[in-house]
Amino acid sequence: MNDMTTFDIEKIRRDFPIFGREVHGKPLAFLDSGASAQKPTVVLEAIQKAYSETYANVHRGVYYLSQTSTELYEGAREIVRAHINAASLDEVIFTKNATESINLVANSYGGSTLKPGDEIVLSTLEHHSNIVPWQLIAEKTGAVIKVAPIDEQGEFLLDAYRELLGPKTKIVAITHVSNSIGTITPVREIIDAAHDAGAVVLIDGSQAAPHMKLDMQTLGADFYVFTGHKVFGPTGIGVLYGKADLLDRMPPFLGGGDMINRVTFEKTTYAKGHAKFEAGTPPIVQAIGLGVAINYINGIGFERIGAHEQSLLAYATERLSQINSVRIIGQAEHKAAIISFTMEGVHPHDIGTFVDHAGVAIRVGHHCCQPLMDYFDVAATARASFALYNNRADVDALVTAVRDTQEFFS
Amino acid sequence: MFDDLRELYQEVILDHSKRPRNFRHPEDANHEAHGYNPLCGDTVNVYLKMGHNGLIEDAAFEGKGCAISLASASMMTEIIKGRTEDEARKIFDGFKKLVTGEENDFDAGEDTERLMMLAGVKDFPMRVKCATLAWHAMASAMDEKPEITTE
Repeated sequence: MNDMTTFDIEKIRRDFPIFGREVHGKPLAFLDSGASAQKPTVVLEAIQKAYSETYANVHRGVYYLSQTSTELYEGAREIVRAHINAASLDEVIFTKNATESINLVANSYGGSTLKPGDEIVLSTLEHHSNIVPWQLIAEKTGAVIKVAPIDEQGEFLLDAYRELLGPKTKIVAITHVSNSIGTITPVREIIDAAHDAGAVVLIDGSQAAPHMKLDMQTLGADFYVFTGHKVFGPTGIGVLYGKADLLDRMPPFLGGGDMINRVTFEKTTYAKGHAKFEAGTPPIVQAIGLGVAINYINGIGFERIGAHEQSLLAYATERLSQINSVRIIGQAEHKAAIISFTMEGVHPHDIGTFVDHAGVAIRVGHHCCQPLMDYFDVAATARASFALYNNRADVDALVTAVRDTQEFFS
Repeated sequence: MFDDLRELYQEVILDHSKRPRNFRHPEDANHEAHGYNPLCGDTVNVYLKMGHNGLIEDAAFEGKGCAISLASASMMTEIIKGRTEDEARKIFDGFKKLVTGEENDFDAGEDTERLMMLAGVKDFPMRVKCATLAWHAMASAMDEKPEITTE
């Protein structure tokens, strides 16, 4: 598997049992990994094994199973830490998803530091989950939201962004990769400019994590979030990376068991490190599954995954562009393997139903990005998002189905 | 290809979606409501001109939507025009049951056949809201509740 010269797509597809099935009598062309990715057998087996052989609650018991379960759960944290090159395990917090990670930072960091008139900078590209938590905390604290713009290609406009920054900017929360149109934002420049202005930066890496190697120490973000189910792990597990000195200063987000040092009715002191932010029984098996998923990806290697996906993106972009009625929304220079498009005279919902009947699973709608849809003046788009297991046949199935849909409606 | 979709996307539906009837904003409308489907972002504005006796003298709509939602809105405006408020609500009740597959004996008088065209939606649960959006907006307009969502 580590041979850099080969990328055996057929072998990879066999790692994912779902590709053994048909949909509406057609082979499955799954092009909705941006919403949630399929799971390899190794992850499914790890989940089964964790429940059937080693299951017990973590951090609680002195007995064998609880200890084993704790080792596996904490082992998953080390896998994540090494994978994203975080400086310490205390910088890796398990949450239930990226949304919860963002809410944690907005409430705990934002809630304890923002003052009336302080500014939070977001961008037009954001998913609702990186907008609404900030609106909620802005409402509570009197902070103000500013929006960094994009251009018609879907490019993040660095200069305009820099102009928004100033002494009032306290938090910058921007996506690494747009879930709707695939734009890879210039995160390094975004982070550096925010730091120059004295602001703290959260990067939403939900759509970056499946496609590229992440290195927290090179990137320099103060917070970085992603979700497990988009990186071939189970649902119900998310990651929040945070710099240790910031996390130390932040109050807990949720209160409960496992996050305390000492509880009395007069005063409770909190646990240190990641434990402060992991109240209650955590998603134990989900974390274990995530660890296995990350090992699986690294077994293939992001260099090869990236090259494979970029070649699919180029092929799909070229083929879809040949269809006259298709308009591709978002043509940034650096894109992850995500293509949003509309079709003249056919609503995305109708496209979705038609291509589904050809076995092609795509997402249609606003992709939880209504401000971005407003910017492009569309109510919805059809979106094909690719992952390491997609092949050219998937693209061909999509293109044929889109052409047939066009014909049906013309 | 797509033979199994012919049941849903019948010629009549395609015709209504491409050339929606009563797609306008009548100046003398005295009831209106904005319908919104947060799942897909589709919107519809339904405009009614109601007489004193509960008669729907004019019905029209504007909006963005898929073929199913546009066709349903278009057919609805044709059907309810000239009906009373009570009749329109009764047709909506029956139509709801038809598209959710709750009931197969649908009777809307002379309009039964036309609305049966949309019965195919019952095999596509994700699309039921598309078919009923304009109808919900119509009911809201009559209730004088200007905003509805399908959630």
